[in-house]
Amino acid sequence: MKVLEVQGEQDDFLNPPTALVEAQGTTLNARLDIVDRMPEPGDYVIVHAGFAIHTLSSEDAHKSLELFKDLAQHG
Amino acid sequence: MVDLEQVFRDRQMVEALLERLMDKLSGPLSFMEVCGTHTMSIFRHGIRTLLPPDIRLVSGPGCPVCVTSQTDIDRMVGLSEIHGVVVATFGDLMRVPGTAGSLSDARARGASVEIVYSPAEALNLAGSKPSSQVVFLSVGFETTAPVVAATVLEAQARGIENFSIYCCNKLMPPALHALFQDEELEISGLLCPGHVSSIIGAKAYEGLCARFSMPCVITGFEPVDILTGLYHLTCQASEGKAFVENVYHRAVPQDGNKRALALMEKVFEPTDAHWRGLGTIDKSGLELREEFSAFDVQRRFEIEVKDSQQPKGCICGKIIRAKALPTDCALFAKACTPTKPVGPCMVSSEGTCSAYYKYGSYEEQ
Repeated sequence: MKVLEVQGEQDDFLNPPTALVEAQGTTLNARLDIVDRMPEPGDYVIVHAGFAIHTLSSEDAHKSLELFKDLAQHG
Repeated sequence: MVDLEQVFRDRQMVEALLERLMDKLSGPLSFMEVCGTHTMSIFRHGIRTLLPPDIRLVSGPGCPVCVTSQTDIDRMVGLSEIHGVVVATFGDLMRVPGTAGSLSDARARGASVEIVYSPAEALNLAGSKPSSQVVFLSVGFETTAPVVAATVLEAQARGIENFSIYCCNKLMPPALHALFQDEELEISGLLCPGHVSSIIGAKAYEGLCARFSMPCVITGFEPVDILTGLYHLTCQASEGKAFVENVYHRAVPQDGNKRALALMEKVFEPTDAHWRGLGTIDKSGLELREEFSAFDVQRRFEIEVKDSQQPKGCICGKIIRAKALPTDCALFAKACTPTKPVGPCMVSSEGTCSAYYKYGSYEEQ
């Protein structure tokens, strides 16, 4: 899901950090307590049970795509 | 702006990857996908129908609801019937039949059972119902365990004392070790779970791969991801090689998510766990560490269950062990359907029987 806004700091269990995220017109607040890297607006996160578990940039996704394209063309 | 979801579903790329795979194929191969989300994605995108007959896909023990033991289901139902207890659960567990009915049946009889999307929601429920004991039914693998760990830490920080968990969290690598000790299981390679791997990292499969000479490929959930994963498994298996290959780089680091692993380690410790179909496996489950035991529901209530019985005629255990297909079950699509499930694999959205039923694979056979 795409990150629109980020609030709070990790390690604050009283006021856990959250991100407003969006996919296909649906938005939700995802917790950021356990995410591997604090995302920035424009990054993407994988969300599981209301918590972001991994941050990825669109560059990461494009790199994967280029590798797959190369594989599809050349094996 | 490129739509990243659509490009990983690109038909031309899927067709090209399929051709590359066919080039490498030199005989019959059986691959196991271990993740329930992979199972559903493979069916939803019709990937089975694209593959040549020499490639067989079987599902492994990757649906957390399906592997939860009957005794645990019965204890959860028993817990919901204790006066003053509010049980909070993921929706998938609601209709899993226990010996004396499901959580859904218990709710119909008056028990307080709430469906939540996240354990954090269960904690907020506890905050809003101070006179009730809110119990979260914690079912899931390494993806869910850190989420629950963070929630327990929040409960502790907020001093919420009427919140506890029924911990059924399980660990994937010990279960795979147990599964592959079955010498009759003919599996040529493993499509490793995507989100579990985001947490535990690609290196978590090295022991399994070395011990069983098992090709292991970690991949994502879109058709291009899955075809790429199957291509690499086909290459390894056809060439007699076995190593861990990560083609889900964008989501799976070699060492996993260190922060999530540290939180899991802080709150939980490994314990022996009972899996439906696989029996008790050493150190394959998680329990709360002593310092967090105040959040263990078993320290608050005695939950007695007598004579847990498997549903009569149900072969979910065999299906979880990849020893049978849903179509081998006499109940499948007759006495057992999504509207009236007999076993958990028909209930869960990640269950193999549910996938076979929903996507009509049984009609092809």
